[in-house]
Amino acid sequence: MATDPLEKTPGSTPGSAPPGAPAGAAPAADSPSPSAPAATATADAVPGQRSDTPMIRFEQVEKRYGDHVVLDKLDFEVRRGEHVTLIGPSGSGKTTILRLLMTLERLSGGVIWVGGEPLSHARTPGGGLKPATEKQLRASRRKIGMVFQQFNLFPNMNVLRNITEAPISVLGLERDEAEARARELLELVGLGDRVDAHPTQLSGGQQQRVAIARALAMRPDVLLLDEVTSALDPELVAGVLDLLRQIAHDTDITMLCVTHEMSFARDVSDQVLMFDAGRIVEQGTPEKIFTAPEHRRTREFLNAVL
Amino acid sequence: MNGSKFDWGAARDVLPLLLHGFLTTLLATVLGTLVAAVLGLVIAIARRAPSRLVTAPVRAVMEFVRSTPLLVQLVGAAAVFSSVDPLVIGIVVLGIHYATYTSEVYRAGIDAVPRGQWEACRALSMSPRRTWQAVVLPQAVRNVLPALGNYAISMFKETPFLAVITVEEIVFEARKYGSDHFAYTEAFTLAGLIFLVASYPTSLLMRKLEKRLGH
Repeated sequence: MATDPLEKTPGSTPGSAPPGAPAGAAPAADSPSPSAPAATATADAVPGQRSDTPMIRFEQVEKRYGDHVVLDKLDFEVRRGEHVTLIGPSGSGKTTILRLLMTLERLSGGVIWVGGEPLSHARTPGGGLKPATEKQLRASRRKIGMVFQQFNLFPNMNVLRNITEAPISVLGLERDEAEARARELLELVGLGDRVDAHPTQLSGGQQQRVAIARALAMRPDVLLLDEVTSALDPELVAGVLDLLRQIAHDTDITMLCVTHEMSFARDVSDQVLMFDAGRIVEQGTPEKIFTAPEHRRTREFLNAVL
Repeated sequence: MNGSKFDWGAARDVLPLLLHGFLTTLLATVLGTLVAAVLGLVIAIARRAPSRLVTAPVRAVMEFVRSTPLLVQLVGAAAVFSSVDPLVIGIVVLGIHYATYTSEVYRAGIDAVPRGQWEACRALSMSPRRTWQAVVLPQAVRNVLPALGNYAISMFKETPFLAVITVEEIVFEARKYGSDHFAYTEAFTLAGLIFLVASYPTSLLMRKLEKRLGH
């Protein structure tokens, strides 16, 4: 485990690991500290979630709207703790991948596996797979959290309630516990003093930080980031990206980002997937994709955006 | 008694009767609005049910209620449920009648909640029940409060129909006094003034509320 190069080294000082850190590893974590070592240790302990099982696996995944093919028989894997960036021209299917993972959309074909279990499907007694019911989807989407381009904070709740709502109503946390955790998360995202603020009183950048805290409060295994800085004023982008860099560095959460921020992609990614017209045209380390892209479409795209 | 001249004495006599009737009018309006507000919400949610087994009958009843006059519904209901207190029938019929309109108001309010709110709830694994309770309805209801208030005022002005099924509200009292003392002018003028005095400030209040919520 310790030699697995993909596992992030836990934050050097115990206190530096943010409270959202160890993600779904919580079930077996008996260490009171929320820092990463507990998480690394539990990866093996949870059956069906061994570290060599890919965290996410797309198997011949298709998404069509009528005749329009958005994703075309897509296959790819994301390992546990890996940070993957999805790049490519708009309309190439990147956001659809995140929406499928968040079960906001249904597949047209294929299977998505998360932690060795089918996300989009349920196992039948005979060992086959059938499309999951809404109830089954609700159970399986708990492993996944998402941050949206438009933040989507709840305007009828203050910042604290935005973060504690789901931990209380979904995870069944006590209010005190949920609030203590929410305060920690707000400290982490640099908004410890805005606990009682109303979302409309916050800047876009601050709202997005709250949205990140809200997603982390559910301790997801996988965090999906859908163009999270695209709706922000330019001067607010850097702060949010720095926060995400910090989360990527200090935690072992698996991250999938759709982004147009290429320098960010280069910093945090273990793997970059270049999409065009619903297919992966090239994938590799950021060094390879950004310095020696092989595919013509990748070169064209990078020339246009860099 | 004295032809076209306004008889101030008759006006003074009828006023207490009218005010007494006005209490019934108020009671019918408040309870009727309550029924309309709750039932309208139930209809609005039921119409979004995934199954046509739910949506089709709800729609049919709604169309029926909206396509027939309130007066006919009142008389019909009073005839069918002849043993029930007319005031109760009046409140229920008013409530159901107006629920078909408030449900449209709620529907618009629910549709105005951005899709991103629903998606955020799903992304947080919230149950449909909790999604409605904690996120969608609080936002939708806030959007529609002024419109609901306006329906309450218009229901208030339609309560005189209840006189037809012998509910002793304000117009019932006015008509009774009018026929007993042949002083229709005085009785109905005062009844009209009472309605004006009650509903005009209320509608001003609603407009203020609308402004405050609509920033």
